[in-house]
Parts: sequence; C-alpha cells; structure tokens
Amino acid sequence: MGDTEEVKLLGVWFSPYAIRPKIALRIKSVDYDYFEEDLFGSKSELLLKSNPVHKKVPVLIHNNKPILESLNIVEYIDETWNASGPSILPSHPHDRAQARFWSAFVDDKWFPALKAAAITKSEEAKEKGMKEVEGGLLQLEEAFVSISKGKPFFGGEAIGFMDICLGSFVGILKAREKLKGEKLLDESKIPFLCKWANEFLSDDTVKNVVPEIDKVVEFLGELEVRAQSAVSKT
Amino acid sequence: MVTGDVKLIGSWASVFVMRARIALNLKSISYEFLQETYGTKSELLLKSNPVHKKIPVLIHDDKPVCESNIIVQYIDEAWSSYGLSILPSQPYDRAIARFWAAYVDDKWFIALRSILTARGEEEKKAAIAEVEERTDHLEKAFIECSNGKPFFNGDHIGYLDIALGSFLGWWKVVELDANHILLDETKTPSLFQWAERFCNDPDVKPLMPETTKLAEFARKLFPKPQA
Repeated sequence: MGDTEEVKLLGVWFSPYAIRPKIALRIKSVDYDYFEEDLFGSKSELLLKSNPVHKKVPVLIHNNKPILESLNIVEYIDETWNASGPSILPSHPHDRAQARFWSAFVDDKWFPALKAAAITKSEEAKEKGMKEVEGGLLQLEEAFVSISKGKPFFGGEAIGFMDICLGSFVGILKAREKLKGEKLLDESKIPFLCKWANEFLSDDTVKNVVPEIDKVVEFLGELEVRAQSAVSKT
Repeated sequence: MVTGDVKLIGSWASVFVMRARIALNLKSISYEFLQETYGTKSELLLKSNPVHKKIPVLIHDDKPVCESNIIVQYIDEAWSSYGLSILPSQPYDRAIARFWAAYVDDKWFIALRSILTARGEEEKKAAIAEVEERTDHLEKAFIECSNGKPFFNGDHIGYLDIALGSFLGWWKVVELDANHILLDETKTPSLFQWAERFCNDPDVKPLMPETTKLAEFARKLFPKPQA
C-alpha cells in the first residue's frame, strides 16, 4: 500500500456497529483518524456527505472514498489490507458462508429482538422477546461449539469476522446485567459463549477499543431517562 | 473440472431462489433443482436450514449454504476458476456492490412489498411514493457503478445485477396490481434499459417467471381483503 494512505473513521463511542471497524483496523495495524459524531446532536457535514442514503455511522473513508455498513467495512478492511495481520474472514468458502450466515442472524434477528424487548412497554411482549433472545443465544452457543472446534474464537486461534460481529454486543449484555440484573450471559446455559465473551474482551485487539462496562451502564441509564421523559411529554 | 454434488432447494416463483440459479448458470454449474411445494416444507429443507426454514438452500457435497446473497458469494468463491467473476475484483467496488445489494433487500424490497399488502388507497399511494424514491436512488447507483457499461457489474452480469434483477418478474406483477408504472422509462431511463438487457441475458431468460403465472401466484400469497 502507498505511504499516503488516508484512513478516517466516523463513529459514536457507544455504537456496537462502530466498534467493529475499530477492531478490524487494530487487527490489521492500520492507523486512522477517528471522528466522534454527536450522539444526541446534529449530524456532521462529513457524515451527511459520505453517507447521504442512510446518514448513519460507522463510515470508513479511505483516500476520500466512503465505505458504509459495519460488516461491509470489516470485509473491506480485510481485503484491502490482506497482507497485514491475520485474515478476518476464514479462507474456505464454506466457512466464509457460515461466518456471513451467523453474522446476518445476529444483525437481522437476534439483536433486533433484544432491542425490541428492551424498548417495549408491554410486559407480555418483553417476556416473549427475551425468550427469543435467549433462544438465539442457545443457537449461537451451538454454532460456536461447531465452528470453533475447541479453539478460543469463532475465527479459531485469533479473532475473526463472527467474533467481531457478536463480540461488539458483549459490552451491552454485560452492562444490562449490571443495570437490570438481566443475566443473558448465563454460564449454566451458554458456558462456551460466556468463556468466549471474556476471551474476546481481554484480547489485545479489543481491550482498549470497546468502551468500559461502567460507562455503558451509565449511558444505558441515561437513555432510559430520556426515553421516559419523551413519553411523559406526550 | 469436477464440480461436486450440487443441489438447490427452491421454488420457481422466489426472487431469492432465482439469485442462486442465475449465479449457478453464470458458472455453468449443473445442479439438481428440488422444487418445494407451496404451503409445506420438506424434510430436507428443515434439516438443511433449521434456523430459518427458508429457501433457497444450496447443498454442495452435503454441506448446506443458506441466504440468497450468501449463496451467490459462495458460488463465486467455491467456483472462482469457472466462468467470470460475480463480485467485482476491487475491494472498493465490492463494498459498493454489497452496500447496494443490502439496500435492495432492506429498503427497496420492503417498500415494493408494502404496495401488495397496503390496505386502502392512502396506504397504497404512500407505498408507491416510497418505491419511486428508492428506485431513484438505484438509478443513481446504476450510473455510478456501471460507469457507462451495460450492467452494474460492468460488461457482464454480477452480484448487484443479480440482487436487483431477480425482482424484475415481481416488479411487473406489482405494477399490474398497483395499476401504476414502477419502472419508468422517462424517470429512470438507465435502469429501464438495464432491466431489458438483464431479462434478455441467456443465463437469466429461462429462469424469469411468466408474468400471468406469477400474478396468479401473487394473488394466492397476498390475498385481497373481501370488500
């Protein structure tokens, strides 16, 4: 790669999606300029210009070309800096398909179910939603055992695509446990995933990238207060 | 060259199944097509896709691959030396293709489908307006991606062409249902012309369902409420 590489990342500290490219860039030892968007304020000019369709973070800007959508960005990082550091996607086509399948499951089914259950005011919907979330974790536990084959990560010895995808939500799960006593990372039900979660958080490529759990707890608390005051205004 | 044992579980009417079939055609891969019966799910489907229980499922040497866009990428990678590349070669172009393919499924298709499920004229009008706005985005995407060439992917059909083009049969059916042009030659001329080229491609033509047959199936899938 040339010596005039310009890499920028637009993100928001709290966002699991923005954490993903940070980990990928760390794995590939790529230097970049980070721009924090104002979570509750207005969106920056740069964000609106680089992502006019969705106006969302994260956005990676590589030599003035924007790349959008977190997992798309991770694949781009893996392909562009393929000579640096370990591969993020597995090498065999079937394993790559598996990694993409389970990450789509996390993003399209599992996390939306958790989000909906967290927001809903209906006790019934919440209970139903949480059952779906727990069921999803059981499926992910099974997938982990099958894919990792005794190694510490979905990616094997090193963190890979699926680790980054699911791992980006571990902070939220641990924070919700502290804030709400909600024990989704239950060792009695998903022992392998619980072990994996701790391995993930202690990995060098993740350690100083994911936000501290206490900061997330504080933020989740603030989000709840804002949501409630919004409701009481109507 | 040995391709291995290839099966595809699907249905003639499914957009998502068509994606896999176009990709297999592009790579000249012979496969056994296992047609699912509407209203039931076969044992093999339930066994191969226990998580979603949905078609398409590609089974290559007894290993299942699920989700249409993932299957298309798999076909491109597993048979990379066969035929032409389905994904572009440059990382940036690949990222763009993936972005717009996700847009087609997450935003554009949702809007198209809501025309069929709309209750009343107001809802239908709003859904049509949304589809028109999103199709306009795709027109711009086409101009950006194709760079003057006939397809999103350039000289030949690729990932994003397949992602959007496989909807063309249903696109016509929804137009008929809404009694409103949704792929307008004057509003989105590039897409309009691309659509004709796509449908006439020899790897696509035999797979595109006949409009009347599809419209009849659509009435079964999206029954209109009794007045």
